[in-house]
Amino acid sequence: MPEAVSHKVQGMLGDFPTPEALLDAIHALRAKGYSRLDALTPFPVHGMEEALGENPSRLGYIVAAAGLAGAAAALLLQWWTGAVAYPLVIGGKPPFAFEFSIPITFELTVLFSAFAAVLGLLVLNGLPELYHPVMNASRFAGATDDRFLLVVDAADPAFHLEHTAELLRALGSEHTEVFEG
Amino acid sequence: MKTGKRYWRSLGELSDTPQFREWLHREFPENASEWTNHASRRTMLRLMAASFGLAGLAACRRPTEHIFPLAKGVEDYVPGNPLFYSTAFALGSAAFGLHVETHDGRPTKIEGNPNHPASLGAASAFAQASILSLYDPDRTRSVRQGRRRSSWEAFGEFAKDYFRDDGDGLRFLSGEVISPSLEAVQQHALQRFPRARWIEYEPVSQDQAIAGAELAFGRAVRSHYQLEKADVVLALDCDFLGLDAPSLAYTRAFASRRKVSAPKSEMNRLYAVECNYSLTGAAADHRLQMRASKMALFLAALAAELKLAPEMPARAQLSDAELRWLQAVAKDLAAHRGRSLILAGPRQPAVAHAWAHALNELLGNFGTTVRFTAAEGKRQVEQIRELADEMAAGRVKTLVILGGNPAYDAPADLDFSSRLTKVRTVIRLGLEEDETSALAHWLLPEAHYLESWGDVRAWDGAVTIQQPMVAPLFGGRTAAEVAAMISGYPYQRAYDIVRNRWGGAEAAWRKALHDGLIATEQVEEVKPKTRLDRILATPLPPSVDGIEIVFQPDASVWDGRFANNGWLQEAPDPITKLTWDNAALLAPSTARTLGVKSGDMLLIESAGRQIRIPAMILPGHAAGSITLPLGYGRTKCGRVGRGVGFNVYPLRTSNAMGFAAASSVRKIPGSHRFSLTQEHHSMEGRPIVLETTMEELRKDPRAVEKKTGRHELFSLYKEPTYDQGNQWGMAIDLSACTGCNACLLACQAENNIPIVGKAQVARGREMHWIRLDRYFEGSDEEPSIVFQPMACQQCENAPCENVCPVAATSHSPEGLNDMAYNRCIGTRYCANNCPYKVRRFNFLDWHKDLDALQKNQYNPDVTVRMRGVMEKCNYCVQRIQEAKIKAKAESRRALRDGEILTACQQTCPAEAIVFGNLNDPNSKVSKLKKQARNYQVLAELNVKPRTSYLAKVRNPNPELA
Amino acid sequence: MADLAIRPQDMQQELNPPLVTGGLSYRDITEKVSGICESKTPRSWYIAIGVTGSLTAVLGLMLAYLVANGIGVWGNNSPVGWAWDITNFVFWIGIGHAGTLISAILFLFRQRWRTSINRAAEAMTLFAVACAGIFPLFHVGRPWRAYWLFPVPNTDLNMWQNFRSPLLWDVFAVSTYATVSALFWYVGLLPDLATLRDRARSKLRQWVFGFLSLGWRGSARHWKHYEAAYLILAGLSTPLVLSVHTIVSFDFAVSVIPGWHTTIFPPYFVAGAIFSGFAMVITLMVIARQVLRLENLITLKHLDNMCKIILATGSIVGYSYAVEFFTAFFSGNPYERFTFLNRATGPYAWAVWTMFTCNVFAPQLFWFKKIRTSVPAMFAISIVVNIGMWFERFVIIVTSLHRDYLPASWGYFRPTVVDVLTFTGSIGLFLTLFLLFARFLPIIAVSEVKSVLHAQNAGH
Repeated sequence: MPEAVSHKVQGMLGDFPTPEALLDAIHALRAKGYSRLDALTPFPVHGMEEALGENPSRLGYIVAAAGLAGAAAALLLQWWTGAVAYPLVIGGKPPFAFEFSIPITFELTVLFSAFAAVLGLLVLNGLPELYHPVMNASRFAGATDDRFLLVVDAADPAFHLEHTAELLRALGSEHTEVFEG
Repeated sequence: MKTGKRYWRSLGELSDTPQFREWLHREFPENASEWTNHASRRTMLRLMAASFGLAGLAACRRPTEHIFPLAKGVEDYVPGNPLFYSTAFALGSAAFGLHVETHDGRPTKIEGNPNHPASLGAASAFAQASILSLYDPDRTRSVRQGRRRSSWEAFGEFAKDYFRDDGDGLRFLSGEVISPSLEAVQQHALQRFPRARWIEYEPVSQDQAIAGAELAFGRAVRSHYQLEKADVVLALDCDFLGLDAPSLAYTRAFASRRKVSAPKSEMNRLYAVECNYSLTGAAADHRLQMRASKMALFLAALAAELKLAPEMPARAQLSDAELRWLQAVAKDLAAHRGRSLILAGPRQPAVAHAWAHALNELLGNFGTTVRFTAAEGKRQVEQIRELADEMAAGRVKTLVILGGNPAYDAPADLDFSSRLTKVRTVIRLGLEEDETSALAHWLLPEAHYLESWGDVRAWDGAVTIQQPMVAPLFGGRTAAEVAAMISGYPYQRAYDIVRNRWGGAEAAWRKALHDGLIATEQVEEVKPKTRLDRILATPLPPSVDGIEIVFQPDASVWDGRFANNGWLQEAPDPITKLTWDNAALLAPSTARTLGVKSGDMLLIESAGRQIRIPAMILPGHAAGSITLPLGYGRTKCGRVGRGVGFNVYPLRTSNAMGFAAASSVRKIPGSHRFSLTQEHHSMEGRPIVLETTMEELRKDPRAVEKKTGRHELFSLYKEPTYDQGNQWGMAIDLSACTGCNACLLACQAENNIPIVGKAQVARGREMHWIRLDRYFEGSDEEPSIVFQPMACQQCENAPCENVCPVAATSHSPEGLNDMAYNRCIGTRYCANNCPYKVRRFNFLDWHKDLDALQKNQYNPDVTVRMRGVMEKCNYCVQRIQEAKIKAKAESRRALRDGEILTACQQTCPAEAIVFGNLNDPNSKVSKLKKQARNYQVLAELNVKPRTSYLAKVRNPNPELA
Repeated sequence: MADLAIRPQDMQQELNPPLVTGGLSYRDITEKVSGICESKTPRSWYIAIGVTGSLTAVLGLMLAYLVANGIGVWGNNSPVGWAWDITNFVFWIGIGHAGTLISAILFLFRQRWRTSINRAAEAMTLFAVACAGIFPLFHVGRPWRAYWLFPVPNTDLNMWQNFRSPLLWDVFAVSTYATVSALFWYVGLLPDLATLRDRARSKLRQWVFGFLSLGWRGSARHWKHYEAAYLILAGLSTPLVLSVHTIVSFDFAVSVIPGWHTTIFPPYFVAGAIFSGFAMVITLMVIARQVLRLENLITLKHLDNMCKIILATGSIVGYSYAVEFFTAFFSGNPYERFTFLNRATGPYAWAVWTMFTCNVFAPQLFWFKKIRTSVPAMFAISIVVNIGMWFERFVIIVTSLHRDYLPASWGYFRPTVVDVLTFTGSIGLFLTLFLLFARFLPIIAVSEVKSVLHAQNAGH
């Protein structure tokens, strides 16, 4: 809750009407040496990552690892229970065989991967994060509706209350505000 | 008996409540539907009362006299171990020796006594099921005077001053007396009451056979057939493998001539002339459909053909086809003098029997294939007719009815039940509260044969002492005891009556009890001569124009006495596969002329009386004839049998007990739903039951194999090998199997298999682990029948095992397809994937509403399966384990071949089922599986069934081909 | 790489007719969709859920009655061990296939038109799978032991499952499918939940949607990982959705019963599933579109596309039927031959011909654009197809079982009232869940439609 924490400037927020305007502004700011920028948009904007200089998501690797774990778990389960823990003669078939273990192996691979993908998404994004200072900004709600917001972190070395604000206005921000938290 | 007394009193009070009577008087179908509902509070109370009472009784179950177990080594009873006792089961004029298994004083299972000539170790369906009647909760539970409860003491008092005089107007009525000790009491009674008479009546009797003998020989005799010696057999309306004779021994003898081990071996040939399709007809090599009323004529014509009798008009009435058939048979018979046999059935008139005798003598069969012993010339129907007339004339003051149920099954023209009301005092000793009990002034509970001392004489004269396994559950007494009581016989208690009838040294007595046979009784053999002139002088029965009706005992309820036996009611009729019902059986052609289909209601009139009964089309039934099975439509009977089926006795008159002419048969509105256990009757050309002929087999020993077709069988996996220890397997000889239901009932008794009721059978939920698949072959008009006992095949590559998600069914090292009931969750996937469809599912809790009393029959060695689990045959695994334990105790490694008998195998009169160790090359089963006739059903699926079949072989007459 | 952020050139070929009509702005879309679940609940909704709710209650009663008395209250018997129970199971699972297909496969194929319908379709998937799950669970004789189907060491027997059993594969397939679909759906919901959070007036809604949206801000980093995750889930779901009905078909294909034991089942079942799934989507969307006035977001173009897919899959299904019959006769296996002859002419012929009419002939009408674009017509046909697909499963299961190898064991199956009410009840449950969803959650993927709109505008 905003009241709970000490009121200090967390950053500045510029409000742009279109994704294009937002992208231009980001390019301009980075040209001016701003490094700690973020964009809040109602839908993913193409080219945003490049503009912010983000490196591509590492989620794929996590998922791959989980998938392998799933496959291994499945095979172990079927081999151990069938051939080691409680071997039974069933239908004249061997206690363990790849033929009949394929379906379950596949399913567990998918299951593990899917969990990894979702948990990975949350962890990498630091979610759940029910409170974030930027939520105090008056225009924050627009980010999930039809506005395209540019956020400059107060910790950015190039951050300056007046200059940054002017700069944002100059870049076409229809509303510029400082948010605290 | 304190607790006991309390029990019965409390139950009596209960039974007097209107609710209980209402419960009692409900129709059975409702009762079956009750299985799907929760146990009503009422039922709950009843069960609790009963179980409480039994708990109280358990203490005093043991009889006080000494009875002798078949103890091998151990003299004393070991708790938990079963004991076996010898006794005997009587049905009409026949008796069969038994071994009865008892657990902790409860009889649980019936087996045949191998020493007994009439059973030879086998037990019939009736015998198997009779144990259930012992625990029938609807039995007469107390002495009653009118509607008032009374006691034996009170009856004793009454009898003492009532039976003072010389027996004026006193009549005794009982079933056929085949008990020597009862005969003794009978004679004493008739001396004590000079003016009294004793009538013996069975609805299904040998009257005509005796009359026939008197006609042929001038004296009554009893025929004994030596089927093992007969190469050519002609059965005339005589189901000697089924209901028309003491069939166990006959089946054994007949089957011994049907199992062809090598192409060289000799096989007998059976010709059957019959009206209804019987087991004998199904086993026959040639079957001729003929109306019952025409058969005497057929025999006369045969006599003419064999030059025994002069040419007579008889022949003219035979069709060309029939004549051709007759000539071929005549030739065949003549070619086997002394090795042939002609049997006439009990429905046939005296003259037919006489002709049969004459022909047998002509063919030199006397002394070789047929022997005779002396018999009394009593005619039961005449006796009861006289009795009825006396009753009508009011000359009968006192009628003592010992057993039987004349009010239901006496000939209709005698109008017995209404005349019974003219009798001042009717004293009735009865097992259950039936039509007759309802008319009695004194109702006395009869003791079941498993709970009383007695003795019975088998058809061939062998006598067995009946031992009680438990003290009478409902304080019942035997006919001998009651007759003794009334006539002041020196001995009053059953044990003393029997013991003193036989006397002799204690050791001999003990041996008799142990063996189940008293050797002493010798029956004189007679060598009669036929008097052709008398036979020729006797006119043949007039030919029936229009439709004839034929009465025959029913395969499930006999003459009606087993109507309240759930096992028998649910046991499908061997031929029609009908359960919980009877029907008017008729030929497809007759159905067409009457314009009926199966299930349509018929109104049949004969001799001024009429019945309503549904029609059932039976391919192979003689045209122009309708078969009416007796014993159904009971109006006063226990819960199980009441209102089941249709009563045909109203059409059966004292002068036409076998068959009669129907004055009219017509379709009436309404239809009836049958519950059949098999609804499709064609094999669809599939190689399921393989059949071949002697000829074919001689030409090519591999004939059977060729019929199955070649199959390249391989598995994707390396299959487990079963070459260690015991590897159980089974071989079933279809050539021997007659299709009698003995195995089915033995399995039911052994494995605690529940009954499900008519409604559930209709839904296809019967639980029998072994079923007898019956297939028709050939045309609708002249089909042949084959049987195939079908139980779990114990496949080595069992498809059921593969699909069970929880591994509830898997393979034992001995090659059994095991079921883990407590692991089963009931997906039914295994049943779906079973090519033989032998798995049975507990769709509902079949045991829920079972009376606590009936649960005493349960085999403690077998789990009672709960609702929601799958079950099936397991080769009587409990018997296998028992034998292993025994072997271990005797520190033996190997089990002897034949040491383990599955329930179905043990009771099979034909010895068609053989079970044993496939790993032992010398075991009987291994040898059978080596035979050329051996094949597996659906072998092409590569499921490798452990049960295999020996193809059925018939031995047709080339001339009739 | 496919991604949510769309380059205008992707859109060119898809733009006429446009996927978003009526010149809506981002704000309008937000308003339109969020508005639905923020406005006051209409009486019609209460009436509808009253009806479906009581049907659901019937389902509950029937299941209770079943557990209390046993499978015998159904019509199942020997030889027909499975009947309506498994028929319903396969039916519902089949329905469940469209959602994932739309959200995953169409996504990978960059079929942008999916965005207006994928949310609802995915929801439908979940609810269908929920209904499907009921049947295998309750069709067992001892449901209180059903947990033995999962690989838990069993306490009283220390036994494990039999992994050779297709039924066990099924357990894994279906539960995996349910879980993954749920995850996929939730991930898709995140941005829209945030929208609802930020629009929330009441404290309650703020709290609820605040928690559900996990603090989603739509920051560039969020979107980066979001796109990755979405892509991966789509990539996983695609083979998964195909595997599920493949494995369901193994239940039959792996057995030895003529009519079941056939290799064509996997593709045949999958096609059938998509077929029935899309039919159900049309049934529901047509209603939603009408009631919630979403004509501008769910345009005729969307419906037209779905009709085309139904036409295609319907034809595949028809082809499969034909092939089945052909192989039966070509195989020379007498049992196989008989089974199919028996289907076409036996006691269940009526069911078979119903199936043919509904699944093979009816969809062929979609060759005509007139019908593909006539809402009432497609609605009617979609219903017919649903009926037909239920019958397909009934035919496969019951006609194969009721007459297999030994004629002596042949039988006939008749359903009981309980059978009928249980199935009806499951429909009630399905609709109830869908009504709740349509009331409280955005039934259209707002953020995705916005990106489509963005591309659409950029394209102009």
